[in-house]
Amino acid sequence: MAATVTEPGSSLKYKTGDWRAFRPVVDKEKCVNCLLCWIYCPDSAITREEKWVAINYDYCKGCGVCAHECPKQAIRMEEEQK
Amino acid sequence: MTVTGMTGDEAVAHAAKQSKVDIVAAYPITPQTIIVERFSKYVADGEVQTGYVCVESEHSALSACIGSSLTGARVFTATSSQGLALMHEMMYIASGLRCPIVMGVANRALSAPINIHGDHSDMMGSRDSGWIQIYVENAQEAYDWTIQAFRIAEDMAVQLPVSVNLDGFIITHCMEGVDVLDDDVVAKFLQTRQPMFTLDPKKPVTVGALCFTDYYFEFKRQQVEALAHVQPVLEKVAKEYKNISGRGYGVLDTYGMEDAEATVLCLGSTAGTAREVARKLRAHGKKVGVVKIWLYRPFPIDEVRAVLKNVKALAVFDKAISFGAQYGAVCSDVVSALHTAEKRPKIFNVIFGLGGRDIKPSDIEHVFNEALQTAKSGVIRQETLFLGVRE
Repeated sequence: MAATVTEPGSSLKYKTGDWRAFRPVVDKEKCVNCLLCWIYCPDSAITREEKWVAINYDYCKGCGVCAHECPKQAIRMEEEQK
Repeated sequence: MTVTGMTGDEAVAHAAKQSKVDIVAAYPITPQTIIVERFSKYVADGEVQTGYVCVESEHSALSACIGSSLTGARVFTATSSQGLALMHEMMYIASGLRCPIVMGVANRALSAPINIHGDHSDMMGSRDSGWIQIYVENAQEAYDWTIQAFRIAEDMAVQLPVSVNLDGFIITHCMEGVDVLDDDVVAKFLQTRQPMFTLDPKKPVTVGALCFTDYYFEFKRQQVEALAHVQPVLEKVAKEYKNISGRGYGVLDTYGMEDAEATVLCLGSTAGTAREVARKLRAHGKKVGVVKIWLYRPFPIDEVRAVLKNVKALAVFDKAISFGAQYGAVCSDVVSALHTAEKRPKIFNVIFGLGGRDIKPSDIEHVFNEALQTAKSGVIRQETLFLGVRE
């Protein structure tokens, strides 16, 4: 009732990635792992993995900053199919 | 029970006192001031165990009420006119957060030009705020409805705020004999509020959480459902109240409707005058009647349809203008309610009493005669009648 949340700490369950209209997809052929996307991501939704960066789609809101900043055009913004 | 001389404002304050409210947060404004003034005296004299929050504005008053209500407290406030307008933002939050606050509203005109007298412009401006809205006819009804309002608001199936509307000055400042119940009778009728959630560190809750496109709509739909529960709850409460007071209430009140062909439908104090005029006309064999709406929101659609099904001509009184619309708010509601009815009367709208302009029995008699004429001819001569205005 009235959007009352009866469980504490429940914001951890709120995946803001639902807001996304466009999904960034990394082309591993083009990526040079320069980490500019990792630096620029305003939501810290890009993580460093062993070889390449990974995108945390639970929190990526699809702003496209990563794709814009990528010097190799290795990130493509694909429309979400919902 | 004791009959005591009281103004409408005093009756509301006395009812709030007997309702054992936990918190009052309010700001004075004519013609409501006496309500909160009397209540502050009860607090100062130690007659009540209520926390009285002095605030700097009506916006803050209702904000404090919302916060208090969310802790599980029983909360009361009162306002009027510009004060209600200033509360407007918080009114939607009170209903959206399902706070069963009861508020006395001394209906008064809105500026500009500035005016302190009674009309319904203030509450009609907040009619879509999700509050339950009750309009009373006199000080007795103001007292009775205030007590019943807490029961309706706090019912688990409802959990919504209620405004008890009383016409500025005509009811708020007019002294009448009010039949007051004994404290213990009210206490038994109105037991301690059983809130759905409370402010408890052991059971923490988040209120006012963010809801976007994914859930907001569903919560608004829930409010519609809650409003649909109001009428059965009100009827149950009114029945119980009749047992303790001998006074029976409902969603609307009628006079002469068993055979009325020409009818006046109105809210609040106007009904008393209309009934008196109708009584006189009926003594002369005129088939006239009066419908007084007690519960304006949620609008009692089925009852309005049923009571008007054999009426030939209907004059709907609006004490406020809905600028740019075809009719005043009450008339629009009545027309909507009757839109799908098989039989419906010829309807015209009467705009009257703005800024406290007096409505005399002769004015209402004029409207009844107009309605009788319409009933006879089937012709509406004027869709909207501005009663008592200089043009």
